[in-house]
Amino acid sequence: MSIVFTETFGFLPYDRGEILRYSGTRGQSDDIDALLDECLEEIDGKTANRVCYSEFEISQYGATLDLGFAKTNSLLLKKHLSDCDRIVVFAATIGIETDRLIAKYSRVSPARALMFQAIGAERIEALCNAFDDTVKNRYVAKGERTVPRVSPGYGDIELEMQRKIFSVLDCPRKIGLSLNDSLLMSPSKSVTAIIGVSQGNEICTEKTGCAVCGYANCEYRRDL
Amino acid sequence: MKITEYIKNNILYLDGSMGTLLQARGLKAGELPERWNITHADEICDIHRSYFDAGSNVVNTNTFGANTLKFSLSELEEIVKAAIENARTAIAQSSAVQEKWVALDIGPTGRMLAPYGDFDFEDAVDVFAETVKLGVKYGADLIFIETMNDSYETKAALLAAKENSDLPVFVSNAYGEDGKLMTGADPAAMIAMLEGMGADAVGMNCSLGPKALCEVAKKYLEYASVPVILKPNAGLPYVENGRTLYDVQPQEFSQDVSELIRCGVGIVGGCCGTTPEYISAVVEKSHNIEFKPVLPKNFTCVSSYTKAVFFEEKPVLIGERINPTGKKRFKEALIANDIDYILKEGIAQQESGVDILDVNVGLPEIDEEQMLKSAVCELQAVSDLPLQIDTSDIKAMETALRRYNGKAMINSVNGKQESMDAVFPLAKKYGGIVVALTLDESGIPTKAQDRVEIARKILSEASKYGIDKKNIVFDPLALTVSADNSAAKETLLAVWAIKNELGCHTSLGVSNVSFGLPQRDIINSTFFALALSNGLSAAIMNPYSAEMLKVYYAFCALNSLDDNCAQYIDFAQKLPKPELAAVSVSSNSIAENSGYKSELQRAVAKGLKEQAAQLTDSLLQTTEPLRIVQEEIIPALDIVGIGFENKTVYLPQLLMSAEAAKFAFEQIKKSLPSDKSADKCSFVIATVKGDIHDIGKNIVKLLLENYGFDVVDLGRDVDPVVVVDKVVELKAPLAGLSALMTTTVPAMEETVRLLHEKAPWCKVVVGGAVLNQEYADAIGADKYAKDAMETVRYADKIYNVL
Repeated sequence: MSIVFTETFGFLPYDRGEILRYSGTRGQSDDIDALLDECLEEIDGKTANRVCYSEFEISQYGATLDLGFAKTNSLLLKKHLSDCDRIVVFAATIGIETDRLIAKYSRVSPARALMFQAIGAERIEALCNAFDDTVKNRYVAKGERTVPRVSPGYGDIELEMQRKIFSVLDCPRKIGLSLNDSLLMSPSKSVTAIIGVSQGNEICTEKTGCAVCGYANCEYRRDL
Repeated sequence: MKITEYIKNNILYLDGSMGTLLQARGLKAGELPERWNITHADEICDIHRSYFDAGSNVVNTNTFGANTLKFSLSELEEIVKAAIENARTAIAQSSAVQEKWVALDIGPTGRMLAPYGDFDFEDAVDVFAETVKLGVKYGADLIFIETMNDSYETKAALLAAKENSDLPVFVSNAYGEDGKLMTGADPAAMIAMLEGMGADAVGMNCSLGPKALCEVAKKYLEYASVPVILKPNAGLPYVENGRTLYDVQPQEFSQDVSELIRCGVGIVGGCCGTTPEYISAVVEKSHNIEFKPVLPKNFTCVSSYTKAVFFEEKPVLIGERINPTGKKRFKEALIANDIDYILKEGIAQQESGVDILDVNVGLPEIDEEQMLKSAVCELQAVSDLPLQIDTSDIKAMETALRRYNGKAMINSVNGKQESMDAVFPLAKKYGGIVVALTLDESGIPTKAQDRVEIARKILSEASKYGIDKKNIVFDPLALTVSADNSAAKETLLAVWAIKNELGCHTSLGVSNVSFGLPQRDIINSTFFALALSNGLSAAIMNPYSAEMLKVYYAFCALNSLDDNCAQYIDFAQKLPKPELAAVSVSSNSIAENSGYKSELQRAVAKGLKEQAAQLTDSLLQTTEPLRIVQEEIIPALDIVGIGFENKTVYLPQLLMSAEAAKFAFEQIKKSLPSDKSADKCSFVIATVKGDIHDIGKNIVKLLLENYGFDVVDLGRDVDPVVVVDKVVELKAPLAGLSALMTTTVPAMEETVRLLHEKAPWCKVVVGGAVLNQEYADAIGADKYAKDAMETVRYADKIYNVL
């Protein structure tokens, strides 16, 4: 049986540009800046940075990829992990307080609710990036390399895989993250993902995120 | 010997980890450990026996995840039966001589309870109840609820244990490095709730090693009046040569645990990574430590799902505004089931600095039980202040107390036998601080000493239920001084006497004193000051009254209850300066320079909420309400809406403006007769079944309301039938559905189909992150709206041809 580790991160710097992008702001505006400042002040100290993770060996049998904790037929995952022999599966959350702020302001100030929604999105991405970097550095130090994270629900990776991830990482106990019947996570600002690990140290140049997404008209698309 | 007797005079040794040993014996990833009770009974017996041999007095059955969410009821019964038998066999096999008991182990369900998850509180109680009943049936000696990291789920488990057994119940929570549960509760809050409900021991387990839990353990020792449990991990795990090891070894572990036993922890064991070796090390190191009995603590406190509020030297402010008495707008909101209005009152009072919110939603026209329940649940989703459940309807009181996440304030009981017979059993079962009014069958005595006598009678009746006097706060009743000149004086005397003669806390509804007098604030605030100096512990008051707050902050500063007068200074600096207070509303100069027709238009467009309200208010002196809507507010919204469509205004600005318009509308509403509505037509809106994302839906709702639609918001995760029933009931011409996830689009499709079948007149608008025109067409929606403005435009179009 695999061992599950937990890791917490300290404060991660805010990326205001990302928050504004998530909020639907695509240009400069003093009143939005002021609103963001107030929201950042209110959320200060209320987000956590908790991650739990485990490493698995993977193997391919014909069309099926065995991830060590689940089997999948996802073409995207097979291609993405084609050079990898192990994966790091993780779940990350910034905790319940952001949900509380969103719930509160949904009732009294939708503008603030929107901002907290955007801040939460930026926070969980920042946490995933920080964890991703940590994992990468650990393996690079051993002369190995990692490929960028992908998540259930992305492309043809089954959302059902969430159940397996939750069972193997024991997320409720480790980081207070639970899964409901619709496969939604609570706290809502949480992510589960898989990072591929391979031997050999060529630098991975694979593009991710908006760069590989075909939805060119997305209003949240990063300027590439 | 009964375990509850044993722990009064002895250190109780628990077992160590089950999971760690099961893995060592070959439990595979994904395999349910509870099944091993049946398939590997010998292994389980052996593990239990090894803990008894190491000196454990109690072993927890291998039933951490044994519940009806994971197993059918029949398999669950087999598992619980086998689990308890295994532990009993281990007792028979062990040669150790100490006292031994078998605890039915109950862990968390892994599901998040509403409002943050989709698991209903009563469903959680039912799940735990099944396991408890089986534990009782097969002869467990006690129930051990453990590793709970959410206060609400802990309450559900304890309630299930109490309602379905007479066994002793131990409750242990999992704290993080920040000294709180994952959902935010601190030790004082947990202790307040769990002791209130009658837990026999409380404490902590899992998550960290003994050193890291030291601070949490000390908090427990400070606040708990029952024995404290400590069951830490063997530190943190790491992997060496493919083996999992923990970084705290038995020697160090036993040292650290013994240290805390010296401080007063009475019930000890281990969690993840600990083995019989750890337990025998702890027993060896600690069995000679002199036992420290638990002393009762004399705190009077209430709690929410995150924090406790203590009645101490510093006066406690209880916000009185959630109460329909004498408030026309509040009554309307209750009748219209407008929960948002109640929530806004709650949030605004919290921002004014109150410590507790009184919740009174009693009105003859409504179902108080239902309304109180939703008010309590919804308030607990937006505010972490403890609540004071204020009702004379005993059924409503019980429903609210049951759902309340924490230890509530209960308002109220009085000296009438009938009242005490009804309220004290609830306080005993659910915990709480009871507000006791000093009146009885013969009314309110005039003299202070007679009120104190009633207080004595109430205390003696409470003690029959085992309710300690620290859990009663007396309200000696502020009466109208204009009706009886000595009324205030007697009340003040009673406050003093109850504090000094009975040693109890007091609370007063201060404002009653000034009925019938002009400038009531003057009387109220002076009476408040006098009451505080007579020892008043809490006041139910209007936190929007600057005069009351002045007294409060000054009192704290003068009584060394405010370090460096910091809170006073902060308060005083925020008070409006008289010469700057008046905002010029007559001049339209700024408006003229900025392209807006008027100041009000500018305030709405720029999202200046208070200004918008103030300007509307003064405009109402001279202008028809509906003209203000048509000529000022709607045009301002249009300017912003067009800007949004042209991408010169961004979503946050659109919303800020919409909020300011809402403030303006609130003023308009106040001046309209209640039977007159400015609404266009009904618009039923919902997030579809299975989906809990509602921010987009809320934005659409806000904009539609501003444009005059009567929006009926059914909330999130709404069943198709509920949507259809509402549309049919209202004959609503428009319905809006929102979905964020691809997985919930089928639910949206089903809702659209059902609407078209049962309510063919209704146009259905759909939106949400996963939707686009093609999807909308495929599921048969009448309209795909890419954002809130598009929904408004479409709704207006439909309304205009009605």
